[in-house]
Amino acid sequence: MTEPRLQTQGLSRHFGALKAVQNIDFALDAGARHALIGPNGAGKTTFINLLTGVLAPSQGRVLLSGRDITATGQAERVKLGVARTFQINRLFRGLSVLENVSMSVAERRGVASSMLSAIGRRSDVIADSMQLLETLKLADVASHRVSELPYGRQRLIELAITIGLKPNVLLLDEPAAGVPSAESHIILDAIDGLPKDIAVLIIEHDMDVVFRFAKRVTVMVGGAIFAEGTPREIEANPEVRAVYLGQAAQNPTHG
Amino acid sequence: MSAVSPADHPGARALVTRHHWRWWEALPWLVGIGFYLAFPDYLGFGAELLTMILFALSLDLALGYAGIITLGHAAFFGAGAYTVGMLSYYGLWTEPITLLLLAALGAAVIGVLSGFVLLRTRGLTLLMLTLCTMALLQESANMARAYTGGFDGLPSLPIAPVFGKFEFNPLYADTQYLYSLGVLALCFVLVRTLIYSPFGQSLTGIRENPLRMHAIGAPVRKRLVVCYAISAALAGIAGGLWAETNAYVNLSAFDLDRAATVFIVLILGGYGRLYGAFVGAIAYMVLEHFLAKLYPTAWQLGLGLMLVLIALFARNGILGFVEALWQRHATRRKTP
Repeated sequence: MTEPRLQTQGLSRHFGALKAVQNIDFALDAGARHALIGPNGAGKTTFINLLTGVLAPSQGRVLLSGRDITATGQAERVKLGVARTFQINRLFRGLSVLENVSMSVAERRGVASSMLSAIGRRSDVIADSMQLLETLKLADVASHRVSELPYGRQRLIELAITIGLKPNVLLLDEPAAGVPSAESHIILDAIDGLPKDIAVLIIEHDMDVVFRFAKRVTVMVGGAIFAEGTPREIEANPEVRAVYLGQAAQNPTHG
Repeated sequence: MSAVSPADHPGARALVTRHHWRWWEALPWLVGIGFYLAFPDYLGFGAELLTMILFALSLDLALGYAGIITLGHAAFFGAGAYTVGMLSYYGLWTEPITLLLLAALGAAVIGVLSGFVLLRTRGLTLLMLTLCTMALLQESANMARAYTGGFDGLPSLPIAPVFGKFEFNPLYADTQYLYSLGVLALCFVLVRTLIYSPFGQSLTGIRENPLRMHAIGAPVRKRLVVCYAISAALAGIAGGLWAETNAYVNLSAFDLDRAATVFIVLILGGYGRLYGAFVGAIAYMVLEHFLAKLYPTAWQLGLGLMLVLIALFARNGILGFVEALWQRHATRRKTP
């Protein structure tokens, strides 16, 4: 049996008396398309923060391809291939689209600390970044300032910065949040276009997105795993319907 | 090699050509040489102005590019000035160019040590801590009377001639002026190279969004400390230059007044713009010079008014204001 790409064992995080994440055993295989759903305050984002090393767990372990990375810092985990996007855009707003993306490309290529040659001379960084922008159909706005673009495109850049790291584990925190539904297909197409062998975990509220994207779904409630299964199983699970899918189940478009 | 690289896309042009020299970048240096030829009686004032530009440039690297909010940059100016002052006063070393390198080193060491602690904090806490560092250094210089001359400072520094040939004459400041211009030019090329490098770009990334820089795996604090140390070294050179060209040092090198002035200069000119230091220093010194002649008692009122106007109508300083006008002009020409 091969090791899962990313795995947690008994992972917990307490904030004082609040048990934000409790005893989570979770595995993400190479090529996984996994959705994490649950009501607000279920601990989904805390879980992501534990996976990326922003928070240290109170108990439990995080393994990357079998290697214990529980004590590994955030920057080091990124170098090992674990990358995330944010629920609320965290962009370099005053800079151009190309600069935003080249920021992470330069980090990945290990040139971001070099001082003596201009970034404009780094044709490897520029070519990589432009290629990524072309795939995401952002090349024509490459020189535009990010803050001048419409929200849907900013959301795409949020994704592009992280893809620029070429991760092998990608954690997406509500990638289409706040994007008008007419534009959300741009984001979903970008996610569909990701290399097949990346392990992707997506936190999502929009059940349309979950059913379109995910092969497996985990439901978190109150910091613990409540249910796990295929999208069909989760949808058919009466308990999940009760705690979470209540409204969606009454909505005839989900069927 | 492939014929068409994605880097050739027109969208990449702005970044690919950003570091190219433009024709107008020769202007400050032409003005600098022109000033030398046209105003031989004002060269002392000119040298002071050039020192101020260098000091503001050092602050721009930390404040304008990396977003390190500091009101204590005179700590490094003073460290550089006292390095030059003490080494030369006691006859340990008097060669001016190596003295400046030692001033840079001394200031950089203090920059690394203080930066390592300070740069864990941000915003107002950081601001207060930079002030504290400066006050501590000033008080140390005051108390170590036996070495620093205390409140009186060290007078009549015996600085050797530049290249063993050109004396610093207190009455006719042509050597001081040209020497300062040369030092500024070298430091400027260094800063310019730095800010257009990947390192410089990552500093702007930290300024724009430190959290995201962490999330893409950048060693944020290490980069900030390195930037702070380089900025401190440049401020140290400015302080050393000040000590050499005036042939004295005193506690005013560490003054809050000096730190606040350079802050104002940068805001006035436009921070994070490389040439803001030039425009701001010239605007400030010229304003000070002429307003003080016109209204000796109330010249700061004029400066205050100017700052209010900048804060209200030109957040990005004089240079930002000119840039905005230029852009409006350019778009109007494109769409008749």
